[in-house]
Amino acid sequence: MNDQDQRPVYMDHAATTFMKPEVIAAMAPYFSQHFGNPSSLYRFARESRMGVDEARREVGAAVGASPEEIFFTAGGSEADNWAIKGVALANRKRGDHIVTSSIEHHAVLHTCEWLEKQGFSVTYLPVDEFGLLDPGDVRDAITDRTILVSVMAANNEIGTIQPVAELGRVAHDHGVLFHTDAVQAVGAVPIDVDRMGIDLLSLSGHKFYGPKGTGALYIRRGTRIENLIHGGGQERGRRAGTENVPGIVGLGRAIELATADIEAHNRRIAAMRDRLVRGILSAIPDARLNGHPTERLANNANFSFRYVEGESILLLLDAHGICASTGSACSSASLEPSHVLLAIGLPHEEAHGSLRLTLGDANTEEDVDYVLEVLPEVIGRLRQISPLTPAHARMPEAD
Amino acid sequence: MYTEKVIAEFTNPQNVGEIADADGVGEVGSPACGDIMRIYLKIEGDRIADVRFRTFGCGAAIASSSMATRMILGMSLAEAWAVSNADVVEALGGLPPAKVHCSVLARDAIRAAINDCRTRRGLEPWEVRSSGCSRGAGCDSHPENG
Repeated sequence: MNDQDQRPVYMDHAATTFMKPEVIAAMAPYFSQHFGNPSSLYRFARESRMGVDEARREVGAAVGASPEEIFFTAGGSEADNWAIKGVALANRKRGDHIVTSSIEHHAVLHTCEWLEKQGFSVTYLPVDEFGLLDPGDVRDAITDRTILVSVMAANNEIGTIQPVAELGRVAHDHGVLFHTDAVQAVGAVPIDVDRMGIDLLSLSGHKFYGPKGTGALYIRRGTRIENLIHGGGQERGRRAGTENVPGIVGLGRAIELATADIEAHNRRIAAMRDRLVRGILSAIPDARLNGHPTERLANNANFSFRYVEGESILLLLDAHGICASTGSACSSASLEPSHVLLAIGLPHEEAHGSLRLTLGDANTEEDVDYVLEVLPEVIGRLRQISPLTPAHARMPEAD
Repeated sequence: MYTEKVIAEFTNPQNVGEIADADGVGEVGSPACGDIMRIYLKIEGDRIADVRFRTFGCGAAIASSSMATRMILGMSLAEAWAVSNADVVEALGGLPPAKVHCSVLARDAIRAAINDCRTRRGLEPWEVRSSGCSRGAGCDSHPENG
């Protein structure tokens, strides 16, 4: 491995994606040509309004909802905050209990923790070793005080896909609203809010080749929910603030592209991902794949490499032009390892040694080859340095 | 996030390895904390004639180990004892606040190795101030994290 071999390989699509040229092209006229405020009366603003309306139809169609049930937000975190706080505050007279999982994104977990400070109670259900939540556990956790079940459709770290339709059924059997954070699932898992019994769904544009700072909350018609952002009458009086028109137009175009042929897209990505996983597990001893063997996002691979620490893996990969991510504490501001990896039962030291590679539309077989060439050497070098490495996993001393 | 010096030290660490007939070995940290440093010293007279390390940890931990071992090579035990974590941070051109504890670990590993040398020679160990993440201590106490 020398520096001349370096090629940029982006395998962190769960963090964010590039924007597709079609999306940028769709947005472009709305920055300067159609800059009118959609709330304005004059004809000039009509183009802006039509752009937003069209995007609303596209987002609705992508999840099986009516356009009137789609509300644009400034991203996935706002949608999660709105869904959970909004339902909690609007249904306080009925109850004060929320059921969620222990592997949710922090946008859900920290919102629930905040609600606990406001007097609500929250049950954080455990998951199995693959990251799956048992719908039976949800059923057992629901009480006559429960007002909301919130479970992510797919996990951002280990890619595990939850049995969303079953969870929705369990919630509805008990007359409880069901929210799902589908930020990682949109474009990767076919979604139909009616068939899956979803009352509220969060999504985020930049996870499927759309713009950052854009998102939406689906709210089933008739759902009791308070507003989160107060102000003007935008979004039919539900979400104040002048619409991010170019962003919304881009979100609409991106979701249309991302959900056009999910199956074909997944087949292509999963084939590369599976070759990556097989290659890594066969080339590197004492490595494991985290997450579910089959019920996982097509683009997700998450490994633990014993005896080494994730941040140092990322730095060496970065030195070779490879962008990836880790659940190690050492890369987080909190110095706590990933709550998801701990929830699936990994000991701290294996959570520290985790590496997430998430593929996307621009990745090629050559990218997979390159990672398969670089990663075993990176792990080998770090194991050379580590005092934990046993003889069988250590390469012969170089000097 | 890291300075060029840290990245350079991390990507090309010096003094990695073990000394089979070391005169002193010091180990601090724990796998659960995400950092372990083990330092081996070979002493000739009162001088550090050779020093090697093995580290499990982040880029800053490996860079701190490498830099600290380079700094103490050739020093007397008293001089090496006096090397502070701030000296290591300075030599690395700075560390992010959350990573300063890695330099503390390097200092502590050196001091543990020096005291191991002293003990083996039948001398009293010098007094160690706890860093909060030495073996057996909890992980939640990285006191220098800021």
